Amino acid sequence: MLDRNRTVIRVARDGFAGRTPTVQIPAVIDALLAPLHPILRAIAETVIPNAATLDARGWEDVERTISAALARRPAAMQRQFAMFVHAIEWLPLLRFGHRFSALDLDRRTRVLAALERAPLLLLRRGFWGLRTLLYMGYYTRPEAASAVGYRADPRGWSART
Amino acid sequence: MIERTVDVAIIGSGAGGGTVAQALAPLAREGRSVVVFEQGPRLADAEFTGRELEMANALYRDGGGFLTADGTMTLAFAETYGGSTVVYTGTSLVAPERVIRHWNVPGLDHADLARRSAIYAGENNVHLLPPEEINDNNRLFVEGGRRAGYHVEQFPVNVNGCRGSSLCNLGCPNQAKQGTNRVQLPSAERQGVQVVTRASVRRIGSHRTLDLQVAERPAGGPGAPSEWAPGEYRVRAKVVVAAGGAIGSPALLLRSPIAPALPRLGHGFTCHPALIIVGEHSSPLTNDVGHPKSYFVDRAAAERFVLETCMYFPFVTAKSLTGFGAAHARTMAAFPRLQMILVLACDSAADGNHITVDRAGEPVVRYAFADGTLNGLADGARAAARILFAAGAQRVHTPCADPPVVEAGDAAALDARIARRHWRPGTDAVSAAHLMGGCGMGSGPADSVTDAWGRVHGRPWLRVADASLFPDALEINPYLTIMALADRVAEGIRRDAAALLA
Repeated sequence: MLDRNRTVIRVARDGFAGRTPTVQIPAVIDALLAPLHPILRAIAETVIPNAATLDARGWEDVERTISAALARRPAAMQRQFAMFVHAIEWLPLLRFGHRFSALDLDRRTRVLAALERAPLLLLRRGFWGLRTLLYMGYYTRPEAASAVGYRADPRGWSART
Repeated sequence: MIERTVDVAIIGSGAGGGTVAQALAPLAREGRSVVVFEQGPRLADAEFTGRELEMANALYRDGGGFLTADGTMTLAFAETYGGSTVVYTGTSLVAPERVIRHWNVPGLDHADLARRSAIYAGENNVHLLPPEEINDNNRLFVEGGRRAGYHVEQFPVNVNGCRGSSLCNLGCPNQAKQGTNRVQLPSAERQGVQVVTRASVRRIGSHRTLDLQVAERPAGGPGAPSEWAPGEYRVRAKVVVAAGGAIGSPALLLRSPIAPALPRLGHGFTCHPALIIVGEHSSPLTNDVGHPKSYFVDRAAAERFVLETCMYFPFVTAKSLTGFGAAHARTMAAFPRLQMILVLACDSAADGNHITVDRAGEPVVRYAFADGTLNGLADGARAAARILFAAGAQRVHTPCADPPVVEAGDAAALDARIARRHWRPGTDAVSAAHLMGGCGMGSGPADSVTDAWGRVHGRPWLRVADASLFPDALEINPYLTIMALADRVAEGIRRDAAALLA
């Protein structure tokens, strides 16, 4: 049976020039991801250094976007994502004697760089997917777009005069 | 199950389906029922906000991130009223004669495609943008390209009243782009063709029936409710036109009882895999205002790549850059000083690259990068870097380089710095938006799915009218050629109408 609407994401619009639309995340995704948030924040601050300056509202936006994106993916992929994040948290125990979130920035960077260049495609692909979700969560926020100087406007040239 | 009967069912409303809908509108005027089934929603003009995440989710399958089976490439295609013509940049080129000759489809000649392409170019207001509307991102490509010794050409584009929002790939917020959502579909509807949105066709039965589901509009979601009541339908049709694109049409036929009779179904998939190469200049330039894709360099015949100007949004830019951390953040912080070039490799139909469906009937795209494709990407990245440095870039960020940032001081050593050996699948971001093949044209079931008029072998009532017809890559932007082929398909249906609709 073809199921084009695996999960219905409810989006509440909040105005033409407003912020990221409010998304109601399915409970099953919340349950899967909520325990991962501290690890995801540690990874996010390594992947995107400016994420360290996010306030609570900013983190909520990032996490909501990631949750909504994952909710649109198959359940198996959601589970793989959670397992991959857990693996990043615990594998550094073997080499550094600490979990990922307890490492300093230099060591965190080395862990992620090793994944990015891993001989196994599965690991490289997993890291690429993770960083893509983090970039999605961070850079689709109007504040982040504005901070990097992105100024595209539906009014086009007339908005620049 | 609700039962309906129609004369002509068109599945998909993009460049193929929209064209067929308009071309068959005379049948509707004669009292025949012509119905287009579109999987996606119909958005109101005010819903095209230009916001990256919101529009990607509203218009694209999987938000534009449909993954190939091994996860090394993302495919971008739209699911909305107007299909992918809503999200392209409007670049309108006629198929190269050498490519059509290479396709070698009996009964298909270049002159016929060129003639039909010209008709749709006229209908869609295709023209060259005047110099005053060209932004710095495109101007630097022209200057750098010429300094580097390349033949730079201007894209004809199908815009009318373009304000230069630069948001083409998120759906034009000013309704300037002349996709089928602006031209062919409204024209067809005015003449009596019905378009049913949110309608997913699951299978085509042996007796000219369609099983489809009309979905409810999600509460608070974008777009209008469907024109039909939500529910399960069985639609009897005298003629069925599959125009769901190079992923949708093969997947639909693979889910249908006809599949075993068509051994080439799903095969011959190509997609022009693409990389984004970014140059960083010392001072700000106009890059996120103005039409984003105005020029190109065609090295397809000689070197198997095409370079095009491009400019993407913060998230797409971030994910397209290799790496992470401080170096990545520095490039992002230089956004107002970035110049971008898209490298498209000219891949070829290969046996391993095909579309299939999983147990749930969802499409699965199996794609492996052939040697020639990887050479095209690496050679194209090197050519793009030459152009960027010739245009004055201080550094270039590119896949196929390790590390991915090449400083201007290394510009003389590009052959060593940017090379295929640095290519790392799963690390470098590759995407594709020119999805082709899967229901290729040819002479019989052994080598193809349809004939040169889109007739499915052995099923004269079933036609295909989209980029899945391409037996191999087109090596340029495909939409005008899709329209020309769809026009042929419609002509074939009109020619056979007396027998088909009896």
